[in-house]
Amino acid sequence: METMNIVVLIKQVPDTWSERKLTDTDHTLDRDAADAVIDEINERAVEEALLLKEAHGGKVTVVSMGPDRATDAIRKALSMGADEAVHISDAALHGSDTIQTAKVLASAIRTIEGVDLVVAGNEATDGRAGAIPAMLAELLGLPQLTHARRVEVEGTEVRVERETEDGITHLAAELPAVVSVGEKINEPRYPSFKGIMAAKKKPVTTLGLGDLGIDPSEVGLAAAFTSVVESAPKPPRGAGERVEDQGDGGVRIVEYLAAQKLV
Amino acid sequence: MARPPMPDPLALLDIDSLLTEEEREIQRGLADFLDARARPGVADRFERGVFDRDLARELGAFGVLGMHLTGYGCAGLGPVAYGLACLELESVDSGLRSFVSVQGSLSMFSIWRYGSEEQKREWLPRLAAGEAVGCFALTEPDAGSDPAAMRTRAVRDGSDWVLTGTKTWITNGGIADVATVWARTEDGVRGFLVPTTARGFRAVDVPAKLSLRASVTSELVLEDVRLPDTARLPHAEGLGAPLSCLNEARFGIVFGAVGAARDCLRTTLDYASTREQFGRPIAGFQLTQAKLADMAVSLGGCALLAVHLGRLKERDRLRPEQVSAGKLNNVREAIGIARECRTVLGANGVTLDYSPLRHANNLESVLTYEGTAEVHTLTIGRALTGIAAFR
Ligand SMILES: Cc1cc2nc3c(=O)[nH]c(=O)nc-3n(C[C@H](O)[C@H](O)[C@H](O)COP(=O)(O)OP(=O)(O)OC[C@H]3O[C@@H](n4cnc5c(N)ncnc54)[C@H](O)[C@@H]3O)c2cc1C
Repeated sequence: METMNIVVLIKQVPDTWSERKLTDTDHTLDRDAADAVIDEINERAVEEALLLKEAHGGKVTVVSMGPDRATDAIRKALSMGADEAVHISDAALHGSDTIQTAKVLASAIRTIEGVDLVVAGNEATDGRAGAIPAMLAELLGLPQLTHARRVEVEGTEVRVERETEDGITHLAAELPAVVSVGEKINEPRYPSFKGIMAAKKKPVTTLGLGDLGIDPSEVGLAAAFTSVVESAPKPPRGAGERVEDQGDGGVRIVEYLAAQKLV
Repeated sequence: MARPPMPDPLALLDIDSLLTEEEREIQRGLADFLDARARPGVADRFERGVFDRDLARELGAFGVLGMHLTGYGCAGLGPVAYGLACLELESVDSGLRSFVSVQGSLSMFSIWRYGSEEQKREWLPRLAAGEAVGCFALTEPDAGSDPAAMRTRAVRDGSDWVLTGTKTWITNGGIADVATVWARTEDGVRGFLVPTTARGFRAVDVPAKLSLRASVTSELVLEDVRLPDTARLPHAEGLGAPLSCLNEARFGIVFGAVGAARDCLRTTLDYASTREQFGRPIAGFQLTQAKLADMAVSLGGCALLAVHLGRLKERDRLRPEQVSAGKLNNVREAIGIARECRTVLGANGVTLDYSPLRHANNLESVLTYEGTAEVHTLTIGRALTGIAAFR
């Protein structure tokens, strides 16, 4: 591989530290209620793309679908060192489900010429569907190498260590391909002052549905395959039961667990 | 149920709303970096009296060193972004901000502003990267507030210069690769770039400070140090040159003091809401709230003043007596806040587990260096009355 043309998918999500809630009207994410940040797993995806670029040369383009506020996440990625960005923003996208999102992202990626590798996070910390990378690979007709904890490119081949609860699998595929990365992949770099200053001069292309040739009626909450019908916060934890150990502590714990049908 | 305390007391006046998107990004980016790389272990470094040389390289890679200068590997930040960076650095420890101020605003600025092209190319990229450390030597044992009384001499010998004298209280002195040394010549005060490997040059660290312990302070002894004329800063003529460098660094202190005070108040708000006496959090007592409210108002005022001076500097309209007003007010308020916070922490406040007394001790130096509070008072007095009361 001479130089690599890498696309990274990033998403602006509510900060996991702030209170997250859904709107009362349509049960979509209340984006005004929480501080928005670039999803941490996406920072790792950006980092991995930058490492590949540093090793092989080339270009990193970040692609983000989201409201205007997504520009913060885009700028963070550009400050870290990504070269360009594509921002897909259209009011009609509000409430889109994972399949619709994957379709839109696929159309956007097709507008970028000669893509060698698409890097994404395994799952976003807000929706947590974790399905986009696989759907995207399917739509683009590319091999998918998901849950990577290590990524290597040699020649025209990408090799990945895939880590799931079942263990570690070694995967390889011809480029172009879609890779999704997990928490253990790397430690994302901090954007330096020079990176932050340079970011504002980097090109950001904003695309609407019209630019992608997608009919607004195909996307959004009304046309979604799935939608949230109802939501309620987890009930607060009860006070718990206090057991005074009078020599029979072990027995009482087992009795309790048995009563809860846990043993 | 009570809400948790305000995480950032500067939010009381929404100081953030005065900043541009880019300024906020610079501030947040550095704060995150410092939380991960500098804050852990800072109390321990203060206790042991050591400076973390590796951190200097990391700060260089981040673009913090000489951040407000342009070219030669410097980031080129605007004045307010530069100030906010000082604020975040000093919220960790005044010693860390001192290192950065001396490196960027005294050592690098003196070269950037008064140096030859060769001097800039030789030193600035390495200083910006944190590969080399710089220091700035003006003060002498018998010339503090009155630098015109300096005795260090540079005498011509053929085409060379020979420097003799003693400088003291020099931040970074013992770890420096290059010293900007100010000396008296036949034609008045001149500046020289002295490599610390030069023959006749010696640095002796001040051993047991009770303040700025995580920063190196040294005495520099120059015994017939021979330098070529290319070591002289060609564009520096007279005492105005070193004083202009100090003005740059002082501007950073105006913001830095806000950072130290913010850290004290944050720590104290947190403590007061969890520490219970007489069956309730001590934050619930009116006397405690009066302290907290007064401190938050004062802190907000300091931040407003800092940002205002920054905007004046952006337009090249910042006058020295305005910097004096900022330094005098903000350091005085910050040390007051640090001490008051200590009282809210009770006995815990006298340990290194909590930052206020460490900050208060550090601020004793900040009150004194870069012009003492008294000297800045007289500078403002002169601007107001037209009468110089220094001598
Ligand atoms: C930790 C630390 C780091 C330092 N780093 C550096 C450095 O990197 N480079 C450098 O060159 N210097 C440095 N200094 C020195 C600092 O700038 C001087 O300490 C400062 O200028 C005051 O000088 P002095 O200590 O000699 O006090 P003095 O000038 O002796 O003053 C003593 C007291 O007298 C008061 N006073 C003096 N003159 C007057 C007057 N006319 N009217 C009213 N009151 C007056 C002062 O305000 C002060 O309260 C550092 C100092 C410290 C503590």
